[in-house]
Amino acid sequence: MIVGEQKKIAEIKELVEPYGKVLILGCGTCVKTCFAGGEDEVATLASGLRLALSMEGKEIAVEELTVERQCEDEFIQQAAAAIARNEAVLSLACGAGVQDIARTFPKVPVLPGVNTTFIGILEKHGLFTEECLGCGDCKLAIFGSVCPIARCSKKLLNGPCGGSKDGKCEVDPSIDCAWQLIIDRMKELGQLGRLKSYVEPKDWRRSNAGGPRKLVRQDHIV
Amino acid sequence: MSTPTAPISNLQNLLSQGEFVVTAECGPPRGADADAVAKKVAYLKGFVDAVNVTDNQTAIVRMSSIAASTHLLQQGVEPVMQMVTRDRNRIALQSDIMGAYSLGIRNILCLSGDHQSFGSQPDALNVFDIDSLHLIRAVRTMRDEGKDMSGFELKGAPRMFIGAAENPFADPFEYRVIRLAKKIDAGVDFIQTQCIYNMERFKAWMKMAREEGLTEKVHILAGVTPLKSAGMASYMAHKVAGMDIPESLLKRIADVPKEKASREGIAICLETIEELKTIPGVRGIHIMAIEWEQKVEEIVRAAGLLPRPAQAPTDC
Repeated sequence: MIVGEQKKIAEIKELVEPYGKVLILGCGTCVKTCFAGGEDEVATLASGLRLALSMEGKEIAVEELTVERQCEDEFIQQAAAAIARNEAVLSLACGAGVQDIARTFPKVPVLPGVNTTFIGILEKHGLFTEECLGCGDCKLAIFGSVCPIARCSKKLLNGPCGGSKDGKCEVDPSIDCAWQLIIDRMKELGQLGRLKSYVEPKDWRRSNAGGPRKLVRQDHIV
Repeated sequence: MSTPTAPISNLQNLLSQGEFVVTAECGPPRGADADAVAKKVAYLKGFVDAVNVTDNQTAIVRMSSIAASTHLLQQGVEPVMQMVTRDRNRIALQSDIMGAYSLGIRNILCLSGDHQSFGSQPDALNVFDIDSLHLIRAVRTMRDEGKDMSGFELKGAPRMFIGAAENPFADPFEYRVIRLAKKIDAGVDFIQTQCIYNMERFKAWMKMAREEGLTEKVHILAGVTPLKSAGMASYMAHKVAGMDIPESLLKRIADVPKEKASREGIAICLETIEELKTIPGVRGIHIMAIEWEQKVEEIVRAAGLLPRPAQAPTDC
């Protein structure tokens, strides 16, 4: 899923201050799962914001709404009436959702309420970890399904650096060394010998380095 | 190992002749003062065979390794230019290697580099377009095939003696020798190791390297760093990534009176060198006297490694 973290209320307050009526728009998929922008977070943020604004004597009307996904037109349209009633939208979706809302409603200011952080998983309760950079050319098969591009701090493709210690990364002992995980997993699979092979430099053209990407599916074009 | 007709560098020449070599390190200044480089190099000239010039080590912004290496050349000291993949993509790395060669630099040490989070500007974006193995292979391909990474035939190939680092003390231990073998396959001619304090572990690593026949394929220079004080020892042991200093050694330096600690540090360093000389496959030592270059002469002399052999004429 896309993992994100809600911005601090002080920053959000600053973003909405120029407006008289603001819609806090939640997104019910990824950011709901990571407790950043679902229905519950919309409600909590709305009360917090109302309180903070009223304490400063500011009169801003705050409306709440959550749609299933802000990255699909079908769901975005369900927010059209509420958006029309307000002067600005504070979107709690990921960066894609914020931009899709803005694209759909060109005359409405759309403000981000969430910092989009990474593509990851819920490793355990309360812990989300980054797993994928969306590099466009998946090589997980070589690395025992542990990605060194996303999970090694130096993106090393040919083995661990000299800073791997007790399974941890030199950057921060709370980070697992991706290469330790790769080696452990390949050992488990009986394929450790495969890690003796040289891995070519990455072709970054299919990543964001090649410019913003598009995926065209001719078979789905109507 | 490459066997060119004329020696590429003094370092390559001495190693190919079976000489037990001595290299040292010079960290460029945090500023544009060439005299600061000259001052450090003056402490080393004549007492070592080549001097590593670090590339923004520990991710602290310093004078570039190419520029500082060029200052060394002007002083008649052979540099080993360090180059990390942290700050430059493959385009900049290849370009700088060609530029360095054109200035007379003949030895390169290919590294990935300390992560920028340790440095003076942790808010910087890193690059890591390629890793140190890719860099080794790129330099070899430029040298032996005269082509850049795209396969383009270069007008004048940089002929470099290629080094890399290894840390026998990092984990996972069983993979360290595999990684060494991968670096040799990629084209590395010499290895300089992380500072050795844990002799048992170093010997175990060397044994594995010998069993795999790797010491026949690459020149291994064993790294040493004299400890200046108990404080420095403790800092290195606990704060510097990839360092392994046994408790017994920390205690030994902590137990002597403060004013005698640096002498004890030198004594430990000399004992280490004596032991390293006896390990089959160790072809020399690499002395990293961090901000203590003035002690290198004393160490090399006391280790019985002076005078250094005369520098043979190379192709530069």
